[in-house]
Order: sequence, then structure tokens, then C-alpha cells
Amino acid sequence: MKQHTVQTTTKKKRLSRAVSSIEPSGIRRFFDLAATMEDCISLGVGEPDFVTPWNVREASMASLEQGYTSYTSNAGMIELRTAISGYMFDRFGVGYDPEEEIIVTVGASEAIDLAIRATIDPGDEVLVATPAFVSYEPLVTMSGAVPVPVPTDASTDFKLTKERLEAAITERSRAIILSFPNNPTGAVMNDVELQAIAEVAEAHDLLVFSDEIYAELSYDTPHTAFSALNRMRDRTVLISGFSKAFAMTGWRLGYVCAPNDITQAMLKIHQYSLMCAPTPAQHGALEALRNGRETVEKMTNSYRARRNYIVHALNEAGLTCRFPGGSFYAFPSVEATGMDDETFAEQLLIEEKVAVVPGSVFGKGGEGHVRCSYATSMDALQTATARIEAFVQRHAQ
Amino acid sequence: MAVTKEKELELIRILEHHGRIETDVLAKMLDENEDDVKNCMKKLEDEKIILSYGAIIDWNKVTTEDHIAAMIDVKVTPQREVGFDEVAARIQRFPEVTALYLMSGTYDLSVMVEGQTMEGVARFVSNKLSTLDAVLSTTTHFRLKKYKHDGVIFNQEEKDRRMVVSP
Repeated sequence: MKQHTVQTTTKKKRLSRAVSSIEPSGIRRFFDLAATMEDCISLGVGEPDFVTPWNVREASMASLEQGYTSYTSNAGMIELRTAISGYMFDRFGVGYDPEEEIIVTVGASEAIDLAIRATIDPGDEVLVATPAFVSYEPLVTMSGAVPVPVPTDASTDFKLTKERLEAAITERSRAIILSFPNNPTGAVMNDVELQAIAEVAEAHDLLVFSDEIYAELSYDTPHTAFSALNRMRDRTVLISGFSKAFAMTGWRLGYVCAPNDITQAMLKIHQYSLMCAPTPAQHGALEALRNGRETVEKMTNSYRARRNYIVHALNEAGLTCRFPGGSFYAFPSVEATGMDDETFAEQLLIEEKVAVVPGSVFGKGGEGHVRCSYATSMDALQTATARIEAFVQRHAQ
Repeated sequence: MAVTKEKELELIRILEHHGRIETDVLAKMLDENEDDVKNCMKKLEDEKIILSYGAIIDWNKVTTEDHIAAMIDVKVTPQREVGFDEVAARIQRFPEVTALYLMSGTYDLSVMVEGQTMEGVARFVSNKLSTLDAVLSTTTHFRLKKYKHDGVIFNQEEKDRRMVVSP
């Protein structure tokens, strides 16, 4: 990677303390390494291998042909918000007012940022169930608040427990960020397990930012929306989007559902920073919600079969891997090789040209594991797991 | 232990598109025992649910083989008691016929014929198909190019445009 040194004559500091205090994503560092390899099989990709369904692409193109090229309302097209409202009610049994309680955002990532910035003050503590998506902790830090990791681990199947959560709570705790099905562990929490977390949130008056971007990719149990739990609707900011379920990562289209006071606060930031989500993408998303059910099921069935395959193959290769209930990641332990996860991932890339992501980049609890995305072809999975097996055999202790 | 109905359906869906996949891989994909999967496949074959394991070939790329195909619209006189089935049974036995469908609309049967030369196809139509008593008329359309077949798009480069590693 090229190194650039900037000579500056500026006497004052150029960068904010908030940004200077955070590290670049560990995934980015690994990407730079993997990008230099030829013929690399990548299990490092956190996005579907499907192209966005044709009807969605076609709807977006048709909207351009019809001249829908101007801004939409800040909160997003009302037709789309109404469709999101209907979808949330039909699929997860929780209702939101499309006029006041839903905002269409530029990806779920923006929604997470908005949720934190709209509700958290500097000095507040935000609990983050880890391993977790790499953005959560830096976004908390950049808002001036303090991220407090609450580790999950293999002993609880990477599910968050009431006891662990309570142990991390202080007087400054304001909110908790949850994401189940989880990236990177694939862990899923059922309604009973989530209810235990809900009771803690209520007892300590915590807001809950529930990132449910992988809701459609729950393979063995129906997904429970956190806000559908008893008395949780008023303290939950539900975040989701179109990237994972509808294979629309590059469209950058997400949404947030929350009580009116929170969405209106979020909308202030959204209108000054982003104005609105891209209009053609909103038209595509509307088609996805109206006519995309069958495609989602086909893609989910395909991921389920690949999940089953990779878990069996990794275990046979000598890496202990539990059955992840959702998302599209397997999260095996690399303990059998005696390596830490960073070394394992780096050596595997160099020796076998298979890219996986070290678990530690996702925070505490991720150490000793690697994230293997199975959102790739069966051919690639078979080759990758054969190479991993050869690698583990060479390095097994 | 037998494979459940749900898993059986999943197996069929996989095999429909990936007929060559090996049974040990299939077993892992279905989270089932390999012997159970083999038994299930045998049962599906016996029940004539799985009829054949084929490949979709782009014959235009096989330069040594001339290949031509035609779709023939056929109007027939339905037979008492058996309707169109009897004449369909006769037509489907011709080795040149690769597919045969009963249609609604302006004609009755759609016959897909494949051969090595245009003359061969023409000979089949004039000598074999048209001469059947029940056949009233035929309209032959020669296929010029195949864009999509059985859900597979031809001449499509499958390129993974994703980054090697992403969040």
C-alpha cells in the first residue's frame, strides 16, 4: 500500500479529536492485504453474491425513464414508508406510522449513526454486544460517548445474556446496541432470550438500538423484532435495510422505525446532512417490498444449504464451528492451530490464498475465531474448505 | 432415518440446477446423512420425480457439431375418447422431437425438434409429422439464437464484482 505523507504549514490542528481517537477498520487493513493476492478465494465478503433481482433493477430504471430524478421528502417517499410499515407488520407483527415513525436512510449504516447522534450525549455510555459490526463502537466514540463492550462468547453460543449485560451497566449507561442475527457470529436470539434482555433494558431505562439488517436471514427460527416484545416498542430504535435480504448493498438504502420523538430528532440530522436517500434507489426498494418475497425465499434457501455445507466442512477440517442460526457467516474457532486469529487469517491468505476475516476486528469475544462468509458459490466454498483443511492439517497442534 | 419431506424438496431444488453435485457435498448442504441422501435420490428416481440428470449445452460453442432446432406449431384433429393424447403419444416417440407441449390458442401442439441440418428437420416435418392422419397443418419456426434456456442465460460472463474483503 502506498504511504502518503502530508506536509502542512497549518499551525492549528487539522483533524478533530473524535476522528483522531479512532482506529481505521481492521477489515480495511485486511482488505489491503487480500487485494494484492491473485486467484484468492474470498470468504471475507460481507454481502450477498446475488445480483439485485431484475424486477428491482428494472423498477429503478423505469423510474429514471419516467423522470423521477428530483429529491423526495426528507423521510423518503411516502409510498415506500407505507410499504415498509406494511412489511414490518406482516413479517414481524409490529406496526409503525409511515408518516411519523419511519425514515428512509442511506443504508442501515446511516440509520445507526443517526440513532446514536439523535439520542446520546457526550459522556454517556453505550453498551455494545460484541463481537459486533465494526461501525458501532467508532460511531459511539465519534458522537463523544463511550462504547462499553459486552462480550458474548462460544460458551453461550454468542448470545447476549442478562447477567453479562447487567454487569456492564453503570449510572451513565444510556443505550445498548444489539444485532441478531449477528455479524460476524451468525448468532440468533429467540423471543424468550430477547425478552430477558428487554427486562434489563426496562429495569435500567435503556434505549435499544436493534440492528435487524439480517432479519430475513434467520434459518431455523422465525425472527423476533425487538420492538415487538412486551413494552419494548417505545424504547427501541429498529434499524434495517435492503442490502442483505434483497441483495442491494450498492444501493445504500436502509430505514429506521422508532417512536415519533426519536425519528423527528433523527430527521433533523438526516435533512441537514443527507437531505434524502437517492430517488431511483427508493423506487427499486418499493418494488423489492411489493414483489420480492419469492426471491428472498429462494436466496435464503440457497444460503441455508451453503451454511449447512460450510459448517460441516469446517468441522471436518478440524476447526470447531457451531451452527450459526442466521446472517451468512460461519465463525469457527482457530484454536486447533495454536494461532491467534490475526495470524491464522494472514497465514491462510499467504499459504492457501483464502481470505477470511480475523474475529478480533469485531471486538472482544471475537478473538480466536475467524469470520467466513458463505455468500459465495458452492464451487468456491468447496475449494476454500479443502484449502482450509490442508492448512489446518499442516499447522494442527 | 428417512429424509423429511421438507429436505426432500430442498434436495430436488438443488439437483434441478446442480445435477452433478456429489452426494457427500449434498449431504452436508442438507445437514443429513449421506446414505439417507442416496436413498432419497433413489426413491425420487424410482418415483419418476427425478427423470434425468442433464446438462445445458451451448451447442453454438461446439464447433464440430452442427446443430439446428425448430419449433413447430401443429394443428391436429382430436381423437374420440383420448383427445390429443393419442397423437401426442405418436409424435413424442420420434427421436428428433426433444419437447412436446399441448397448447391453448391458435394451434394445439408445440413440437420442439432438433437435428444436425435444416434439411433433416424439413424432412422430418414433411415426411413424418405432416403425414400423420390427425395432423391438419404445421408451421415451422427455425430457432436462430438461444438467449436463455431452463433459467440459464447463455453467453453471460459470471463475474463476481465484489471486493475481496468487505464489512
